[in-house]
Amino acid sequence: MIERQVTIKNRAGLHTRPAATLVKTAARFQSEFLISKDSFEINGKSIIGVMTLAAEQGSTLTLKFDGPDEEEAAAAVVALFERGFDEQ
Amino acid sequence: MTMEQSTEIIIKGIAASPGIAIGQAYVYRKHIPHVKMRDVGATETGGEVERLKAALARSAKELQKILTFAEQKLGQQTAKIFEAQMMILEDQILMSAIEQRINGERRNAEFIVMDEISKYKRLMLAAPDEYMHERAHDVDDVMNRIIRNIQDHKLFSRLEGEAIIISESLTPADTVIFSRNQILGYATDLGGTTSHAALLSRSLQIPAVVGLRTVTSQVKTGDFLAVDGYGGVIAVNPTEETLRGLKRKEERFKIFAQHLVSISGLAAETPDHKQIELSANIEFPDEIAFVKEQGAVGVGLYRTESQLIGRSNFPTEEEQYVEYVRVAEEIFPHPVIFRTFDIGGDKVAPDSVREENPFLGWRGIRICLDRPDAFQRQLRALLRASVKKNVRIMFPMISSVREIMEARRLLEESKKQLAAKGIPFDPKIQIGVMIEVPAAAILVDDLAAHVDFFSIGTNDLIQYLLAVDRGNASVASLYQEFNPAVLRTIKMIITAGHKHNKWVGMCGEMAGDPLATVLLIGLGLDEFSVMPSVLPEIKKIIRSIKYKEAKKIAEKVVTMSTEDEIKSYLTEFVRTKLPDIPLQE
Repeated sequence: MIERQVTIKNRAGLHTRPAATLVKTAARFQSEFLISKDSFEINGKSIIGVMTLAAEQGSTLTLKFDGPDEEEAAAAVVALFERGFDEQ
Repeated sequence: MTMEQSTEIIIKGIAASPGIAIGQAYVYRKHIPHVKMRDVGATETGGEVERLKAALARSAKELQKILTFAEQKLGQQTAKIFEAQMMILEDQILMSAIEQRINGERRNAEFIVMDEISKYKRLMLAAPDEYMHERAHDVDDVMNRIIRNIQDHKLFSRLEGEAIIISESLTPADTVIFSRNQILGYATDLGGTTSHAALLSRSLQIPAVVGLRTVTSQVKTGDFLAVDGYGGVIAVNPTEETLRGLKRKEERFKIFAQHLVSISGLAAETPDHKQIELSANIEFPDEIAFVKEQGAVGVGLYRTESQLIGRSNFPTEEEQYVEYVRVAEEIFPHPVIFRTFDIGGDKVAPDSVREENPFLGWRGIRICLDRPDAFQRQLRALLRASVKKNVRIMFPMISSVREIMEARRLLEESKKQLAAKGIPFDPKIQIGVMIEVPAAAILVDDLAAHVDFFSIGTNDLIQYLLAVDRGNASVASLYQEFNPAVLRTIKMIITAGHKHNKWVGMCGEMAGDPLATVLLIGLGLDEFSVMPSVLPEIKKIIRSIKYKEAKKIAEKVVTMSTEDEIKSYLTEFVRTKLPDIPLQE
């Protein structure tokens, strides 16, 4: 299992559009993907879960990847956060 | 028929979409499903999962239809409202969790659906921000849709044939679904002329009256009803006399409309050759075709904030550019005035904040200047769309010279950024401000040095000038378009603008009120920007009255000291001199 910390860079936080991008990216991998914020954990492959998370700009999330392609999944998802979900 | 049934009841509301509708009422209440928990046997869980899957497929089909229809009829931007719901329906993790719970707990499908999805809904409702509450409604909508399909209720199964829809309010989704049926008209408890339901019913050309407050408690499904979308009134159990009156009214408006087609190609010019620029207020690119048909020469107000519907963040520069350049090209060679994002007040900002007094709060240019990055993205997108030199930019809610200077500074900076990259734009792009705050009306002389034009936004100007919230029923009657203070302020703005050789337009509702047209011509207004549906009517008046005569009338009217006096004088004038113009009764 891999654990990573990320900070939300894009202004809109994890609202609908970035949430959809995140879920679609995670779905490409077999590994399980969980996101936790404060003491609250959701499945990162579920759009309703990610929407509920409502992470705002500047907040920190813990990402957990577990499975055969966890390295690749972590790299792809973390890159997405770093690029601010390609939102300007 | 009992006495009670045959008594006519008149309910007054707000005219939201023109036309007369006569027919049976259908009272629409949001389907709130009754769900009971039921234990099922080990052998039955398979059947429950099947019911779930069939319901998901039907729900997806329904939503897809709504989405496609919304895209065709209302454009992609509006259709985005429904995307979030579709994504939830397609959430594999959520659906397999529900499936596992049905099998594990051996309970009925609709109970598990409600229980599982409600968990998310509760979390969203507990969040402090408005955006999350809206998402909770999406979640609720999608949950009810699935449950309804599990229980095998058809959508609007009771709606057969033609009907007038009565409801508390209409969401864009409701309006869209209904318009696929034979809808004669809408009447709602809530809403104003700028509510979504109103805008959509106008674009779908269905008569509508909103803001009726008690219509859902006074009308039952099957009641006989008349909706007057011109006058903003409905009649329950209308008498023969009322019906005859409404039919006459409709005929008058229709004959007038046919007559207007013949002038759609002619110029908006008074008989003594004063040219007036007559343009349209729109907010979606798809409206341009209708605007052209109605004979406008340009767009006097393009509300860019429509791009923010259903999203929480500002659109990218590229997304905006695509929309602006399409509008600019389609309206070319005529001009289009883009108003920069006018959010706040009653229009939600992307990162919305709760305010005690939103109309006196963080809105319009105030938000833009506090969000220079997002604002400059919009300015760059507008500049890039200006290569054909027919784009003008207008800033909303300006209340000081400092604000227009700051907005201009950001614009100049945006120009430099584009120039540095060799991206073309119109370096002499015209800049204007909306005059909607009394402070700006007083400062026209000082603002003039920084702008090319002014456009009077009467809706907010009247509200601020008279200290009346027109959405508040207890004081709504104090909202007076023809209050002498309003007319003298308009005169002051036009006179000051002309002194500095700047043109002055009007894009508020008053510009489209046929009772005000002669007066506004007489005050020297250079441009009228109106709702597309009233364009031909306003043109007809412009073409019927000499500027010389209009000036005399305006001079007389601005000396009057009560609204009643002014309105009866203008009504009398239109009735005698312009008898074929149908006025509201």
